[in-house]
Amino acid sequence: MSQSNQWQTICQTSDLIPHSGIAAWTERGPVAIFWRPGCEPELSAIGHFDPIARADVLARGIVGDVDGEPVVASPLYKQHFSLRTGECLEEEARVPVFPVRTEGNQVQLSLRDSASESASAA
Amino acid sequence: MAQKQLIVIGNGMVGHHFLEQFMATPAASDWQVTVFGEEPHLAYDRVHLSEYFNGSSHADLAMATRADYDQWGLDFHPGEPVTRIGRDGQRVVTDQGAYDYDALVLATGSYPFVPPIDGHDQDHCLVYRTLEDLDAIRASAQGARTGVVVGGGLLGLEAANALKSLGLESHVVEFAPRLMPVQLDADGGALLKRKIEALGVQVHTEKATTAIVPGDEARLRMNFSDESHLDTDLIVFSAGIRPQDKLARDCGLGIGERGGIVIDDTCTTSDPTIFAIGECALWNQTIYGLVAPGYTMARTVAGRLNQDEDAAFTGADMSTKLKLLGVDVGSIGDAHAATPGARNIRFNDEQGGTYGRLVISEDGKTLLGAILVGDNGPYDTLLQYALNEIELPDHPEALILPESEGGAPALGPDALPDTAGICSCHNVTKGDVCGAIDAGCEDLAAVKTETKASTGCGGCVGLLKNVVESELEKRGVEVNRDLCEHFPHTRQELFHLVRVNGIRTFHTLINQYGRGDGCDICKPAVASILASCWNEHIMATDHVPLQDTNDTFMANMQKNGTYSIVPRVPGGEITPEKLIVLGEVAKEYDLYTKITGGQRVDLFGATLSQLPEIWEKLIDAGFETGHAYGKSMRTVKSCVGNTWCRYGVQDSTNMAIRLEERYKGLRSPHKLKFAVSGCTRECAEAQSKDIGVIATEAGWNLYVCGNGGMRPRHADLFATDLDDEQLIRTIDRLLIFYIRTADRLQRTSVWMENLEGGLDYLKEVVLEDSLGIGDELEEHMQGIVDTYQCEWKAAVEDPEKRKRFREFVNDDRKDPVQHWTTERGQRRPADETEVA
Repeated sequence: MSQSNQWQTICQTSDLIPHSGIAAWTERGPVAIFWRPGCEPELSAIGHFDPIARADVLARGIVGDVDGEPVVASPLYKQHFSLRTGECLEEEARVPVFPVRTEGNQVQLSLRDSASESASAA
Repeated sequence: MAQKQLIVIGNGMVGHHFLEQFMATPAASDWQVTVFGEEPHLAYDRVHLSEYFNGSSHADLAMATRADYDQWGLDFHPGEPVTRIGRDGQRVVTDQGAYDYDALVLATGSYPFVPPIDGHDQDHCLVYRTLEDLDAIRASAQGARTGVVVGGGLLGLEAANALKSLGLESHVVEFAPRLMPVQLDADGGALLKRKIEALGVQVHTEKATTAIVPGDEARLRMNFSDESHLDTDLIVFSAGIRPQDKLARDCGLGIGERGGIVIDDTCTTSDPTIFAIGECALWNQTIYGLVAPGYTMARTVAGRLNQDEDAAFTGADMSTKLKLLGVDVGSIGDAHAATPGARNIRFNDEQGGTYGRLVISEDGKTLLGAILVGDNGPYDTLLQYALNEIELPDHPEALILPESEGGAPALGPDALPDTAGICSCHNVTKGDVCGAIDAGCEDLAAVKTETKASTGCGGCVGLLKNVVESELEKRGVEVNRDLCEHFPHTRQELFHLVRVNGIRTFHTLINQYGRGDGCDICKPAVASILASCWNEHIMATDHVPLQDTNDTFMANMQKNGTYSIVPRVPGGEITPEKLIVLGEVAKEYDLYTKITGGQRVDLFGATLSQLPEIWEKLIDAGFETGHAYGKSMRTVKSCVGNTWCRYGVQDSTNMAIRLEERYKGLRSPHKLKFAVSGCTRECAEAQSKDIGVIATEAGWNLYVCGNGGMRPRHADLFATDLDDEQLIRTIDRLLIFYIRTADRLQRTSVWMENLEGGLDYLKEVVLEDSLGIGDELEEHMQGIVDTYQCEWKAAVEDPEKRKRFREFVNDDRKDPVQHWTTERGQRRPADETEVA
């Protein structure tokens, strides 16, 4: 995993909401960014589009953990999506996952889907 | 093939049970069933007749509705007594016609025996069996001070209870030397007498009435054979029943010497085309005056009509467990030790007021019978010992001794054989319960629905619960009531932890009492608990991440990620000006508009960023949030009441608005719906609501724990003729008790059904304040009422909160995946084919 990430500033840290999600527009479409202070990982970014409900809603789900896996629950039909891998825990479905970091008060994304690349590399 | 004709004469409890059983069998489609009843009502619950004087109506006691019978395809003729059976032509005759039959079921029941005393047939001499009898008793009680019941048996004491609840000074006159001579012995009868007299009912035993004459101090005087007399304003005869066998007698069927239509094990009379069931039938020289044997006969006939050769009535256990005027009385099997060689163990606690007697076989191994007065605690266990001939423990006396004196714990459900009867009303055995669990029932409520166990008299609910829990545990189904993997507690426990420790955030709670980060199950549940306890704004920073999206954005998310908006319209009353505002807002934002079932207007299709703008306009026009998004009090539906309606007896709209204003915003385990009807016509459909209020001439009747939806349930009558303040106090207590003790997402109906003791227990807690928490419950509710705020008003005024309502935090564009089309002049989401 030596590829250099192309970091883009997406929004400000003041836009984040603790233990919850926000949606941001990117060249890859809508992305959901979750901030969970004190949890691991603290920041996560996945696709905002819910492939089961076919609507842009995942940033508005409840975050938490299921058997230790950090997840967001779809606000429409309540399936859980892993914040690490993007995999849906209940059904055959997956959302993209993006590397995310903060630089000062800026929230930055790398718009490659990290999970699919590491999966294809494996 | 043409349908055969089946006629059922009699529509009492047993007649109804036959229909209920038979119509569910394969053979039902081969028969056209016609039902005749003497009474104008369809079948009702005669066992609980005395509740008619405590506010229950015919509807509350009814076991069947016309709708049920229509659905079953029955041709029913209530109030059309059969006058003759023509066996030669296989035809029954009424005043209105003649009807042919291929098979006939007699379920004509019994009539009260009135001893042929001089003067027994004058005014104010009454009987106690039908609703009409009760109406006559009520009429006679007008202006009366005292009432006498002749007969100290089971029904007589029920009747005495009824007189007492009408406010009369009540007496019981019994010919035998003790009360309930059939079920009790001398010591038991004496204790029962003492207890009943302590409750204000005078008991006169060994009194033979010789004549009823005009009285000096009251309307009537009863003269007794010992030269004494008793003045009373009315007399109710309850000196036993006689089988109603006249039709059978007139057409020459076999009749017993002392009455009763003779039947064999298949419940067939001397005519192979005619069956008889219930109290009119005589089996093995015995009339069974209890409902359970009648039900068994009903099932036997239903089985026989389905060519079930095994269906048979082979006698019935006459054990009884009752609460008479609040006193426990139990009698099992051979209570009088008639079996040769039988031995007795008696425990008579005159101080504590309990009496127990065991009748044991000569070898000391089996229980033949028992008597209990004052405490029915051991009844279920004793009955199982007796019915299943389970070998007694070494010291059987422990079974009736109080536990402090070495009394034995109840017989564990494991000790029962599969054939052990659990529910005698519906003939459910332990094996049936196990079968239901094997078929997938995972809790008590599911087993009750599947088997009907404990849905009759309800006496077996404790036993059923034990069996269900024990069987579930045996199957490795851990009866786990933990909220989720993050909290090893039930919602009820968490509620107490939050309240007692003054916990105000999810993080404090999970750090102290849970593990992990939480999830979409525990977070909203805890948010609801916090809101019910402290009523802080749901969009406060600590609470926002706990909420389901509907609560977070205070609107209802629809399938395409847009939201619908439902402003509060208290009681469904809205001015034209406000209605116009709703129309204008809907037009401006192109919102699909629909009227809801709760008498409000729902505006669909608003995007996240439109929500605060729309609400600013609505709040300016005087609207408040309607909480349609929350597990909270939704609406109070109402009719116009006596302000407009010519039938209304109270101002139901005014009361609905008052209730809605009081309870708006109340967070609860499940959504709550109310309704208020202005008269008994019930146009607001209050009986399908969690809280239903129906106006009476004298005030309000309160119905509770009903619901529509997936498993509709009629609400139960909870209290009658309340004034405004009593009504609100009662609702305050009930709702807070629900909020404190219900499980997550548990409706009021399921909550109540799962409370041990059910409706009666709830009445004790709320109406009689049996737990001594009434004041506290009311204070809790008042605290919530006092801290109400319109969540939307608080949100639109706070720039930080408004920031959340952005589709994308870094871009103003619209959500690209929302596609629309137009139908019937309004905009709606386009489906995939329409998008393509």
